[in-house]
Amino acid sequence: MARRNDVRRYPGFLGITLFCLVVLYAPLVVVAVYSFNASPSITLWGGFSFRWYEEVFFGLEAEKFKRAAWNSVTIALMAGGAATVIATAAALGMVRAGRFRGKGASFALLSLPIMAPEIVTAVATLIFFSLIGLTLGYGSILLAHIVFCIPFAYLPIAARLEGIEGAFDEAAQDLYATRWEAFRFILLPLLAPGIVSGFLLAFIISLDDFIITNFVKGAGVETLPTAIFGAVKQGIKPDIMALSTLMLGISIVLVTISYFVGKAGSTRR
Amino acid sequence: MKDGGQADAVELRGVVKRYGAVTALKETSFAIRDNEFFTLLGPSGCGKTTLLRMIAGFEEASAGEIRLYGEDIAALPPNLRPVNTVFQQYALFPHMNVAENVAFGMRMKKVPKPEIERRVAEALALVKLEDFAARRPSQLSGGQQQRVALARALAPGPKVLLLDEPLSALDLKLRQAMRVELKEMQRKSGIAFVFVTHDQEEALTMSDRIAVMSAGEVRQIGDAQKIYEEPADRFVADFIGETNLLEVEVARTGPEGAAIRLAGAEFIAAPRADVKAGEKTVASIRPERITLVAPAGGLTGVLERLVYLGTDWAATIRLDDGRQITARAQNAHGQKLPVGPGERATILIDEGAPRLLPR
Repeated sequence: MARRNDVRRYPGFLGITLFCLVVLYAPLVVVAVYSFNASPSITLWGGFSFRWYEEVFFGLEAEKFKRAAWNSVTIALMAGGAATVIATAAALGMVRAGRFRGKGASFALLSLPIMAPEIVTAVATLIFFSLIGLTLGYGSILLAHIVFCIPFAYLPIAARLEGIEGAFDEAAQDLYATRWEAFRFILLPLLAPGIVSGFLLAFIISLDDFIITNFVKGAGVETLPTAIFGAVKQGIKPDIMALSTLMLGISIVLVTISYFVGKAGSTRR
Repeated sequence: MKDGGQADAVELRGVVKRYGAVTALKETSFAIRDNEFFTLLGPSGCGKTTLLRMIAGFEEASAGEIRLYGEDIAALPPNLRPVNTVFQQYALFPHMNVAENVAFGMRMKKVPKPEIERRVAEALALVKLEDFAARRPSQLSGGQQQRVALARALAPGPKVLLLDEPLSALDLKLRQAMRVELKEMQRKSGIAFVFVTHDQEEALTMSDRIAVMSAGEVRQIGDAQKIYEEPADRFVADFIGETNLLEVEVARTGPEGAAIRLAGAEFIAAPRADVKAGEKTVASIRPERITLVAPAGGLTGVLERLVYLGTDWAATIRLDDGRQITARAQNAHGQKLPVGPGERATILIDEGAPRLLPR
């Protein structure tokens, strides 16, 4: 542990670490703490209370937030699900098909949406939708989400698949399994942690997305992030902090599950 | 299928495998008999694994017929061929326990449940792993995984068992023990085993017959003694065991053998019909058929190096014409060689020991 070149023994290591952690997490901590503030001020602490959480669920804007939350969750479920199916098929093709022409290019195309600036994707998607005459609304959000979720679902699935020997497939077929049975009984169970992990990641990405959603949502349809943004434009109220804290909590829980599912699967082998 | 009682277990007729412009297996025809331990032996890249994979159905033959007890299976996918494979890295399904692994083939064949259970128990008893049924493959040692792979391949009752270098991942002691067990299992199961290996010792100890392969071609098929003592060509002579390959001249031919001239001395080689007096050819002489004695004319040379190997001594001799040969002397009865390193010696060769090979 106490090796000479251990980075922990460099001068200033502790200071830099603390600085980074503070910059990264202080705003989140402030929001989370002030969501329990009893006073309506966002800067003065007035005691502990759940009143802003009550406000979120039962207040004046509760109906709006509930509708937005419902849209967000249903879109995230469907977009995550569809993206996971497509990503699984893509991963099987990329990893199992051996070498083929344009494999590098295919991989670049698959992961490009992660690299491309989101605003560009958002504008391009909007232009494309209006070109083909698609009415903006729930459906256009769903379509856009499916597309940008695919690379996020793809990465954990492909990583998992690469760790599975091709010999399992052959062994299954040698033991009288059809191609479908070999997939169903051997590959799919082995791939499952990657698929779950990919789905959760896609779900979170969809749930969180603001920029693309804001461009393609059309009038009247809101997701939670766009609804929050809309509310903030009229001034930051503590109930927004409560809502944000709820979303943060859900994200943390799902990402944690995704991490452990992926990990549990890999140590079991 | 049922009427194939007298047919060969596997019969290859003009089988060829090409990958684009590369020929992995040249036109090959031979038969593997019913209830036989048959080994495909050769260095890596000789086509032995390709041949095995074609019998299993993982590779499609570019031409030719593959018959299983008389039935042409070349067009069938692997899951419709009644043969099973023991893979080099075992390929045990990591998410299933030992019993589920062994049951998998029968489950896919839709064998009734009670019968599956009975046959899983039987197969695990055969490989002495009854107590490990509930374990995951990752909880087993390499040797135990190997046994599970065997049980899994044997349980569905294949007509032929294919084994792709199954012992290569085990350490030496275990490998030696498994050789005996594999042969025993083949005898008990009563089906043909087709075993692929690059290890000649493995091949010699287990096989009823061996096909020696090189560069996509079967060079010789025969039992261990035949391929060791009567190698068909230079490759086989050199690949199986140790040998001296020497250019010799045929002096006379006769029914009891051919007299050959080697560096001025004459020796009797094993008979061979197609050689004529005066012809130059290559002889293979096994080191253990060569004896060194104190210099007394005949074929002479200098003992250059003497290596102690426990069971025997390996001697390297430089002949007077500059060529090198090696000899082996058994380390029996505490005898010492009559010649020491650096000394001159006369080389005796057992009558009939040199094998004349096609050049």
